[in-house]
Amino acid sequence: MATATRTRKSARRQKVEAAITYPLDWLEERSGLVGGIKYFLFRKVPGDTNWFHTLGSATLTAFLVQALTGVILAMYYKPDPNSAYQSINHITNDLTLGWLVRGMHKWGASVFIILLFFHMARVFLFGAYKYPRELNWIVGVLLLVFGMLEGFTGYLLPWDQTAYWATVVGINLNGTAPILGPFLADFLRSGSEIGGDTLSRFYSMHMLLIPGAIFGLIGLHLYLVIRLGVSSPPWSREAAGGDFTDPVAENGRSGLTRPGPRGNG
Amino acid sequence: MTEPQHEDRPHLPGPSLYPIAFAAGVACILVGLIVNPKIVAPIGAAIAIVFGFLWARDATMQYRGAPEPIEPEVREVPPTTQAAAIPANRGEAAMPEPAPGERFPRSKFLEASTLGLGAVIGGLVTVPAIGFMIVPAFKDQGYPEVDLGPLENFTEGKWFVTSFFMHPEGGEVSRRTAYIRNNGQLQGKPSFTIISNRCAHLGCPVQPNGPVQDNQRKVVKGEKGQRVTMTPTIPAGGFGCPCHGGQYDPEGNRTSGPPVRALDRYQYSIVQGHLILGTPYSVSEVDGQGKNAQIHAYKLAGPGQHVDGWEQILYPIQPPH
Repeated sequence: MATATRTRKSARRQKVEAAITYPLDWLEERSGLVGGIKYFLFRKVPGDTNWFHTLGSATLTAFLVQALTGVILAMYYKPDPNSAYQSINHITNDLTLGWLVRGMHKWGASVFIILLFFHMARVFLFGAYKYPRELNWIVGVLLLVFGMLEGFTGYLLPWDQTAYWATVVGINLNGTAPILGPFLADFLRSGSEIGGDTLSRFYSMHMLLIPGAIFGLIGLHLYLVIRLGVSSPPWSREAAGGDFTDPVAENGRSGLTRPGPRGNG
Repeated sequence: MTEPQHEDRPHLPGPSLYPIAFAAGVACILVGLIVNPKIVAPIGAAIAIVFGFLWARDATMQYRGAPEPIEPEVREVPPTTQAAAIPANRGEAAMPEPAPGERFPRSKFLEASTLGLGAVIGGLVTVPAIGFMIVPAFKDQGYPEVDLGPLENFTEGKWFVTSFFMHPEGGEVSRRTAYIRNNGQLQGKPSFTIISNRCAHLGCPVQPNGPVQDNQRKVVKGEKGQRVTMTPTIPAGGFGCPCHGGQYDPEGNRTSGPPVRALDRYQYSIVQGHLILGTPYSVSEVDGQGKNAQIHAYKLAGPGQHVDGWEQILYPIQPPH
């Protein structure tokens, strides 16, 4: 009786499962995407990873929040010297939930940079930048530079006194770099004097050029994380990359993704 | 039997300096477009063309049948089996491998022409786009003459905070401020001290260290919506910057803080009884005062850039202002 019930249930269940998996199978057969995502989400990581290993994902999440809120803010913002400030006021004071989305973008910018530094500190203190992950450290430093550039270019956009003078100082700081500094400053200003072109130039860099570069670098960063595996903490007794019974790791050979157990030389 | 590897190309040309010289020529063109389009840019073009030609000649040497400096690789596979077509389903193109004597395999030609055409098309698109991004920031720069109104408005010996539109059509963002004092007559001509309010540290607006008489503000309207406001001030303590604390005396000499030189000044002229503001210039220091001041003038430099002393070698060329 009990067995019969279970069989009947599982028969229905099989139908439901088939209905759910059919479109997934269709997609998988034609693109391999499902397998790829499964591979990404269910890949092996060392058993003693801890909460510090989530800082990278947290930074990524903060960046995605910036991207999403930024796209929506761009629907209302006007990058023109005569209307930029008013459009920001309009977003903050008049539009439904505008204060919230602008606040998320404004405060999220700091959250993104802070998390980025925490993530960097984790990688540094855990020694996770070492062979074979040096390239990923370099990509990460580039991401830091582009993140700072996002902060610099985004700071001008409210077009109030703070924004204006902070940008004047920031551009002139760049101008004091030897030899090419004066040219860099003119490039950033779009001329010898700050003006309307400066605002639209910063807007374009802030929302198109730099985020595009960041997305590309994040792709490379994640590709390298998946290819090289997550490193174990420095106190780990476990082989990085998962499988304990791996004969290569058992032999004590320090490999690419599976260095031998610590203390083994 | 091993299948011939596609990567197994024995005749790679050695490293060449031509691409680097070619890139230097292109850089010379770009710099020349900004600095001197008539002389420097053509020189860069000449360099780029010469080395581009040499590079192309160098790179196509093996295709053109020029003497081959490298020993040809000896293959273990007998040429008869190699000449047979490789089926398409084996991962390679269904094309016979070139006969041993053949110098110019079609696949190599197609590969080179695909890459070459792609580079040409990519260049045709990117070069103008990048030029459009960079060049306008350096072309047609300069400072227009601004009519600041009749001379009578500038009482002799008094300082005025004078703000005006550098480009009236550009609106409020082009508003600039200068501190102006009428020094009286010098050799029969009116003498003015016109100090820019742009701090020589990082460009914040310097403020007069003394009272600003807002209740005596005067507005002079001019052509094209120009609006000059003049507010009397007594900068007894000189000028000070609110951002990082740079301090200047009333002649604009640095007295303390981070600035690297004195405050910039404006050239001026008198036309039909009106004070006309000219081009700004940089000043290392000023000896003396008022109309007898000896101004050590330099071409306009950005804030924070040394114009004298050994540090001036850090800023050998200024973009056109």
